[in-house]
Amino acid sequence: MIELSNIKKAFNQGQPNEYWALHGIDLALEAGKVTAFRGPSGSGKTTLLTIVGCLSRPTSGRVRFKGEDISGLPERFLTDIRRQSFGFVFQQFNLIKGLSALENVILPAFPTGRPRHELVTAAEGIFDQLKLGHRSTAKVEWLSGGEQQRVAIARALINDPEVIIADEPTANLDTALSKEFMSILEGFTATGKTVLLTSHDPLVVDSTAVHRVVGMRDGRLTED
Amino acid sequence: MNPWLEKQRHLIDFTLASLGRRKTKNIGLLLAYTLLVFVLASLTLFTHALRSEASFVLAGSPEVILQRMVAGRHDLIPPDYIEKIGRIRGVQKKEGRLWGYYYDTVLNANYTFMARPADEVADGYIMVGNALARERGLAAHNTISFRSYSGKLFTFEVSAVLSPDSELLSADLVLLSENDFRRFFEYPAGHFTDIALSVANPQEVRNIAAKLSSALPDSRPILREEVLRTYQSVFDWREGIVLTVLAGAILAFTILAWEKASGLSAEEKREIGILKAIGWETGDVIRMKTWEGLLISLTAFLLGFIAAYVHVFHFDAAVFEPVLKGWSVLYPRFTLVPTVDGLQIATLFFFTVFPYTAAVLVPIWRAAITDPDAVMRA
Amino acid sequence: MRPSSVVIGLLAALVLVVLALLASILHPADTDMQKLADNRAIVEKYGLTDLALFTEARYTRHPSQADLHSAFQDHPGALEHFPTGSLLAPRPSSINPHESLAGKTTSPD
Repeated sequence: MIELSNIKKAFNQGQPNEYWALHGIDLALEAGKVTAFRGPSGSGKTTLLTIVGCLSRPTSGRVRFKGEDISGLPERFLTDIRRQSFGFVFQQFNLIKGLSALENVILPAFPTGRPRHELVTAAEGIFDQLKLGHRSTAKVEWLSGGEQQRVAIARALINDPEVIIADEPTANLDTALSKEFMSILEGFTATGKTVLLTSHDPLVVDSTAVHRVVGMRDGRLTED
Repeated sequence: MNPWLEKQRHLIDFTLASLGRRKTKNIGLLLAYTLLVFVLASLTLFTHALRSEASFVLAGSPEVILQRMVAGRHDLIPPDYIEKIGRIRGVQKKEGRLWGYYYDTVLNANYTFMARPADEVADGYIMVGNALARERGLAAHNTISFRSYSGKLFTFEVSAVLSPDSELLSADLVLLSENDFRRFFEYPAGHFTDIALSVANPQEVRNIAAKLSSALPDSRPILREEVLRTYQSVFDWREGIVLTVLAGAILAFTILAWEKASGLSAEEKREIGILKAIGWETGDVIRMKTWEGLLISLTAFLLGFIAAYVHVFHFDAAVFEPVLKGWSVLYPRFTLVPTVDGLQIATLFFFTVFPYTAAVLVPIWRAAITDPDAVMRA
Repeated sequence: MRPSSVVIGLLAALVLVVLALLASILHPADTDMQKLADNRAIVEKYGLTDLALFTEARYTRHPSQADLHSAFQDHPGALEHFPTGSLLAPRPSSINPHESLAGKTTSPD
């Protein structure tokens, strides 16, 4: 579904602090599976996810999404693909403070112009799945860490994307909540979604919910 | 609903929610903004209404007033003067006028005394302007005494008080008969204060003035168009003075608004990053912020304009009265007939709505074109 | 209720009020028109030349009639006066109409 060929990524290119985060990654990711990227911090796994998720462009190399080369598309089209096909769960959750959980969840759908009542119904459906219905009108800063993460997950799902990208999803969660997250993940695969996540948490990487583990170090793939 | 409209409503929802998070600050800004529009709009509405009222009613004044000058000063018209004008083609009517000023020590105010033909005001009677009547507590059939400049006391009966609606023109008028006028001021018989001429064809006024100047070299013709122009400039000037005084306040507000609108907090930057990461385009972020600027400035403009309208036409511009109208002891009370100058309002609209919206957009532009992956890297 | 509905509703209401005010200006009340017409009739009848706004001094009561040495008339094109102009010189074109008159008189005025 997603094919990466010889992906390289440099930051601050041409400047004294030039830094190569990725040194030529070749990888094919299957649809409908959970893939975990494992590696120490600075290994380039987050950078790789940003490239896969159309948040940034590789310095060189090709990204194919469903057979189509997307690495050269202009920002508008990248944004469209990102909005329709990818849902993000960030490590810091990145919820917008001052807004209710529900408002946060429907935000990614605003540019689509879908009617609000439709969005609210969809969001409430997702909240029910995530057992969060009772918290939908609460402001996000009043929610617990686990609740915040479920709001972030709900937000990733609102546009019904094919791929969910989660960056260190369990980094801010205790064991019980991490296990709960993994069971939510299993629910995604059951509905045919592709999940990409980064983690160095054994609880995640060794979980049965994860189909494939990709090791990374110093911007290169290591043995699985 | 149309997806485009629905999307704009989503953006408005979001921008309102963000404004709501800093409620006091934003409401304060809105109030300051509204106040500024209110002041500027009041000024514009008031001076325009006064100007147009003055030019409308004064369009009825005599086309030419002829004064006589002696040593560069206004002097009485001698008895043979009107005959000397002779028959100038185009002059319909010429009429000697008698009027003068009287200082009343009771009120410490100046009145304008004006002689009228006997069929309007009989000897021993006067008609008075409404402001004067109000200040001196006069009503019809009351009597009042004035001590003339020669020291003699004259007593008159008030036959009527002039209409309160005409106060803007007649506040301090005292109309009395010609006989009384001449006796009161000991005005020499046959002399007049000035001569009013009416001219049928407005195109001819200038030629007639030129002919008058050459026939009577010691005279000064005052044309109605000059009178009207005088009033235009008097109020232009007063408006200018207020604007000058306000310039400091306007500048201060501009700085405040610019600071508020263009200063982008780290929090807001982070939010823009999140919005971009979850699928907003740069254009969506900019559109959302444009709504913010438009909503604030449009609300301020509309509120300010409405408040100014009510202030000027229903509360007689109470706030600016002293600067715009001047002060005086015998102050006319009047309500202006509402009128607006479309161009001035359009200018005000342009200068209130657009700069603010632009100020909101400038920093957003820079923030919005940053890469969306910044959120992940942070 | 959606915040946008509330705010759009409020703005629409304000716009309507402004439009109503502008409409009332375009179609003034009969009483207002009558007042203006009456005042114009008074001006015509009594031959008035000035507004009774500045009654505090003799030389300001009739700005248009004051002699040339008084405030408001010291220069025919001056925009500001009191006690003398300080900000703006008159435009040359604003004095032109007087030149024809000034040339025709033999006495200085």
